[in-house]
Amino acid sequence: MAEEEFDAIVVGSGISGGWAAKELTEKGLRVLLLERGKNVEHIKDYVNARKGPWEYAHRGGRTTAMQDAYPVLKRDYPLNETNLDWWASDKDSPYTEIKRFDWYRGYQVGGRSLLWGRHSYRWSDFDFEANARDGIAVDWPIRYADLAPWYDYVERHAGISGSHENMQQLPDGQFQPAMPLNCGEELVAERLKGAFNGRRRIIPGRVANLTQSLPGRSPCQYRNACWLGCPFGGYFSTQSSTLPAAMATNRLTLKPFAIVTHLTYDRDRKRATGVNVLDAVTEKTVEYKAPIIFLCASTLNSAWILMRSATDVWPGGLGSSSGELGHNLMDHHFRVGASGRLNESSLDLKYYAGAKPVGFYIPRYRNLFGDNREYLRGFGYQGSASRSGWQRAVSELGVGGAFKDEMAQPGGWKIGATAFGEMLPNHDNSIGIDETKTDKWGLPVLKIDCEIGENERLMRVDMMNDMAETLESSGVRDVETYDRDYTPGMGIHEMGTARMGRDPKTSVLNSWNQVWDAPNVFVTDGSSMTSAACQNPSLTYMAMTARAADHAVKELKRRNL
Amino acid sequence: MPSDPDHNKLISRREAILRVSTMLGGVALVGQSAMLAGCTTEPTDDKLASAPNSLFTQGDITLLDEIAETILPETSTPGAKAAGVGPFIAIMVVDTYYEGDQQIVRDGLNSLQALCLSSYGTHFQIVTAVQRLALVEGLDAEQHHYMETREEGAPVHYFRMLKELTLLGYFTSEIGYTQAMRYTETPGRFDPCAPYSPGDKSWADHS
Repeated sequence: MAEEEFDAIVVGSGISGGWAAKELTEKGLRVLLLERGKNVEHIKDYVNARKGPWEYAHRGGRTTAMQDAYPVLKRDYPLNETNLDWWASDKDSPYTEIKRFDWYRGYQVGGRSLLWGRHSYRWSDFDFEANARDGIAVDWPIRYADLAPWYDYVERHAGISGSHENMQQLPDGQFQPAMPLNCGEELVAERLKGAFNGRRRIIPGRVANLTQSLPGRSPCQYRNACWLGCPFGGYFSTQSSTLPAAMATNRLTLKPFAIVTHLTYDRDRKRATGVNVLDAVTEKTVEYKAPIIFLCASTLNSAWILMRSATDVWPGGLGSSSGELGHNLMDHHFRVGASGRLNESSLDLKYYAGAKPVGFYIPRYRNLFGDNREYLRGFGYQGSASRSGWQRAVSELGVGGAFKDEMAQPGGWKIGATAFGEMLPNHDNSIGIDETKTDKWGLPVLKIDCEIGENERLMRVDMMNDMAETLESSGVRDVETYDRDYTPGMGIHEMGTARMGRDPKTSVLNSWNQVWDAPNVFVTDGSSMTSAACQNPSLTYMAMTARAADHAVKELKRRNL
Repeated sequence: MPSDPDHNKLISRREAILRVSTMLGGVALVGQSAMLAGCTTEPTDDKLASAPNSLFTQGDITLLDEIAETILPETSTPGAKAAGVGPFIAIMVVDTYYEGDQQIVRDGLNSLQALCLSSYGTHFQIVTAVQRLALVEGLDAEQHHYMETREEGAPVHYFRMLKELTLLGYFTSEIGYTQAMRYTETPGRFDPCAPYSPGDKSWADHS
């Protein structure tokens, strides 16, 4: 099949791939952006964005037919009627669970950038130094100072709203004005200032939702319907932010339905030469060539591509010479926390108007500043306060006209938060190729073997009890704790499997996200993470990708690639 | 992503979606076992919205409408019947309930009619509004007590299912959104602390 040549190939069009395409095209390269799924055009293809729930046959819920068709997706909230087209088909793309692993995928242009929770937090040196300090896994090859200017850079373009808090563990950034706490959240935040030596702080969530317009994008309209696609471009997605910038250069070629099956590799030059692509519709294969390749196919899929590349040189694939390719899979563990009633007469005559697409955040405070727990690392909380809606009627006694009218009015205030905890890198948490099972396209699938360990279990006790203590100290009543069980993957923050490091013997990527064994291959999505921190990771992928793209172009000009 | 059904909107979408699915979930959980047994249900065509289906006759749907209207009657705002809740329940039971739960609803409707017959000597659709309310209040008390005291894993009471579907059907209908509650598809602004007067209606969430 005829080959086509580009200056760079980007595999995957989600948060990381979109940034790679933008940066590389803006630096003058002719870029091929490959996406395994269908195209989703900004605004035009957000077909459900304006619908009310009554416009869905099941009001947005899930049918038994959907549950049967999506045996993985149904395990948590993603299976629903409003945006089902944006979640990958479990039947077309199966995988093998050596231990249960919930893998929620978005196979379309934009990937999960259309669906993400949009919380955007910088990581700090507490995170980048963590492995070295604890003697765990390997040291990150970079520090906060390496990423800080790139955080600045991506925040300005993506549009992150947030407040300046001057907290060492959660560095401030280039923020648009924050979305304010509502009066219930504000009341608890104020009270909390007087407790726990001020260590536990409720701050407005930092999110990739605009409070000021950016070119081609309007501020958030407070619909809280982000995951239907935003007709206003109010939140960061590939479609709203990075793809238009890349397109504007006239140097981008976007190819949907292009499944990369492996990289082609020149063993003499120790360079990848291009990618082999299977057309998802015609099932024909074609090869594309380029001197630079960015793998941004999402954590597990980028590793899958590496494992299937250069196998004539290394049976375990490109990057496997370290013995770490496919290992150290991480996620954020969560689904544990507490909630209670905000029974305050001062709030009875208060409500809010407009739907804020974010609540509050409590940055990590454990194992910092002299605090020492019996586990390593820490956790943060995401939560919110609100007045209850009609849903409370289900469990209340009552029928009839007065009941109906009462339930159409807001009920009492509630507040609660869920913890997101760091999961340690562990060599045994790994993925591999299952040669006995194939997907719809005849490609062998991944097998996943991952579980949380004792450190996470110990942390979860604090994650639950701390929140109860925090709420009770702030006058919240009837506090109830919960631990709804967590399975790796549910956080949808997959990280690791091709970690960065300082030594090719123990890491897959160097400090610039280059594969040690093929320096013209850059892996800048979640696979590259050396540890997981407890903050949502996407902003770090953006910064990491922009930094790597800058380095790639400089190296290309120096003829080092 | 987190998942506390008891507090609203904790983590925006992830939370909100789970909240709705949990609403249905009291039932969906029971349905899992039916799924394991291998039973499947074909989705109902949209166009059949008010027509009889594989489980419910037109007479059943009229009965569902009357039960729903008794739970959520017309007041200063339209009631459940005007919001199409009877046909909605029929669709939901067929499309979203597994077989075991479908049977609970079917048996429940029969038992409700039997109770009505023994109490008032005729069908639910025919008795007076006062009698209907008395009957439904009794069933509500019965289900509430049962659900509070049932053993874990015990079946959901059929009247809890009907009440849940009635509430969902009504409060997610266009009437529920725009007349019973207040709805602005694109609010355009956020007021974190607005005055509230008793009697003010809830703001409905975007779907």
